[in-house]
Amino acid sequence: MSNTADIIMIFLVLTNLTLLGLSRLGACIRIVALQGVALGFLPLILNDWDMEVHLVLFSIVIISLKGIVFPWMLNRTLRELATQREIEPFIGYGISIIAGTIALVMCMWLSSRLPFPEPLMSPLIVPVAFFTIMSGLFLIISRKKALTQVLGYLVLENGIYAFGVALVRQQPMLVELGILLDIFVAVFVMGIAMFHINREFDHIDTDQLSRLRS
Amino acid sequence: MILALLLIPVIAAVLSLIVRNDILRRIILIATAISHTAITITAWSVEPGALWNGWLMLDKPGLLFLTITSVLFLACSFYAFGYLAGEAKSKKQVFEEEAFFTNAPEAIFCACIEGFLATMTLVTVSQHFGLLWVAMEATTLASAPLIYFHRHNRSLEATWKYLLICSVGIALALLGNFFMVIAATKPASEGTAIVLNALIGQGHNLNIQWLKAAFLFFLVGYGTKMGLAPLHTWLPDAHSEAPSVISALLSGALLNCAFLGILRCYQVCCAAGEAQFCQGLLVLFGLISISWAAIFILGQADYKRMLAYSSVEHVGIMALGVGIGAGATFGAMLHAVNHSIAKAMLFMTAGNIIAIYKTKTTKDVRGILSVAPITGVLWIAGFLAISGIPPFGIFVSEFTIAKAMIEQGRIGIAVAFLGILAVVFVGMSAAFLNMAQGPKNNDLQVKDRPAKAFTILPPIALGAMALMLGLYIPPVVNDLLHSVASAIGGY
Repeated sequence: MSNTADIIMIFLVLTNLTLLGLSRLGACIRIVALQGVALGFLPLILNDWDMEVHLVLFSIVIISLKGIVFPWMLNRTLRELATQREIEPFIGYGISIIAGTIALVMCMWLSSRLPFPEPLMSPLIVPVAFFTIMSGLFLIISRKKALTQVLGYLVLENGIYAFGVALVRQQPMLVELGILLDIFVAVFVMGIAMFHINREFDHIDTDQLSRLRS
Repeated sequence: MILALLLIPVIAAVLSLIVRNDILRRIILIATAISHTAITITAWSVEPGALWNGWLMLDKPGLLFLTITSVLFLACSFYAFGYLAGEAKSKKQVFEEEAFFTNAPEAIFCACIEGFLATMTLVTVSQHFGLLWVAMEATTLASAPLIYFHRHNRSLEATWKYLLICSVGIALALLGNFFMVIAATKPASEGTAIVLNALIGQGHNLNIQWLKAAFLFFLVGYGTKMGLAPLHTWLPDAHSEAPSVISALLSGALLNCAFLGILRCYQVCCAAGEAQFCQGLLVLFGLISISWAAIFILGQADYKRMLAYSSVEHVGIMALGVGIGAGATFGAMLHAVNHSIAKAMLFMTAGNIIAIYKTKTTKDVRGILSVAPITGVLWIAGFLAISGIPPFGIFVSEFTIAKAMIEQGRIGIAVAFLGILAVVFVGMSAAFLNMAQGPKNNDLQVKDRPAKAFTILPPIALGAMALMLGLYIPPVVNDLLHSVASAIGGY
């Protein structure tokens, strides 16, 4: 069981590094979707495939949102856009991957020093969750396209979710669903905003959103 | 009662989307505001029962912030009634550029503003930290379309920054929530649910390290939303590009709600005996915000942006007040009330000025007093109120905070605080007085528009309240403020 969780964690690390080095927006959307599906299985794995109704329901909701609905919404936006690629990000792909590797090492070191009240299911979960959060933040600040920033937000959210599933056992269902609903609406509203940005400016380069200053 | 507070705006929002008649929709908006305020006032005398195992409960801090939100919304709904009637349906020109734009459909405006009220109400009544988070993120989502009401590229830019910066900030607060759960987890036992009262009861059993980490993430996460510098970057853009009535709500109600989120975590930290750690951070962020805002207020060319930076300054004062503790906590709570009233009044008046002059540039507006006397007087009065000139309420709250600083012997902080306030006063007075006085600008076509009751009366009413709170604080309000202050570790 711990093995399966570890495999998912390694999968998360690999997808994060891929995202840091990838320029094609379509491929980025697919990778974030894969990440979401993998995370959807996490609550089941951590509970020994214990088929409780609310766990199964929760997994289904996660997988269908992160694996199907979000990619579908983002792909729809992508089709409207003039470009399919992230061109000239603020921080280049090579440097991004190197920075990612350094961040991974730092996360490993950091989480080895954190005191946890109870033993963890897998020693990889916390460092990988932190690394995913870092990767998301990095994508948001280092990329120009609005779409990549939304993907960065989703990756950040995936990291926080992984952390929550691993450590927070008795989070009530209602709150979890509320959080998911908020994120769903956030992506929805951001998608609409991107659509308008594209129509208004003929691009989605956020570095050119710079009329409002001081 | 709490259920009614939450459901009325939600039902109104759904109705607004269905109803096709503009006038009827505006009447629904006002009716919602009136009934919401009526229930809120009832809650002052009859304490509403808790719902869902105490997840939804109106405690004293919640009641204070709910009342601020509700009263401001009432004023804003009347203002919006006049504002929507005055908005042309045809294309209009962007003030700063040679471009044209249309407005978003009015149905969306009404539905979102009512949804915004519902989500802010949920923030004030949430006792469960997870639910509080859900409500806080929902306020961002409900208000984003409101900032993009004028559909042009400037407001779109502001909306994008608002959405992304606040969503990321609030995502970090979610991490803070999880840290709080870990802080409440004990080895080999059922952990405590992260409901405020349970956590306060468990105070000394909480894991201090994780709790401190949680407070940091709450402060950074909700602080982004509250507009504490240097996390405030979305705020000037959103406040200057949104319609003035929305700016009034964002500044007067939303920033306070975010502050409540930080205060909830602070309450738990106080119970755990870690108040000092939090106070240090609050003082630091408060001082940074005040100074940062002062720098940007000096020489600010856009008067709505100036008001936005003034909001950064005042949330800084609130954080500073809570950080100083003791008597300053009362001052900070009173300041939250005063600032909301004065700032909403100023934004509404700014909206009236924009309607007359068609510009947001400070130097293009001259002679408001001769063009529109009432608006001119309101503008001057608002300026005096916001910069803490007696007899307005902000003087009392700032004085209380400064007094507590001196009593604690923190002279350095007191000098810095008062010095920066003086700088802000000078910066704002130059702009405000030049706008109000002087001859009418001839080359600018100023339309002599008769003052409309709907857009003039709400700022007058708010101005009267700002004045009253400086002269006389009613005993009920005083009691509430004191009990709120004692709930968050002061008196």
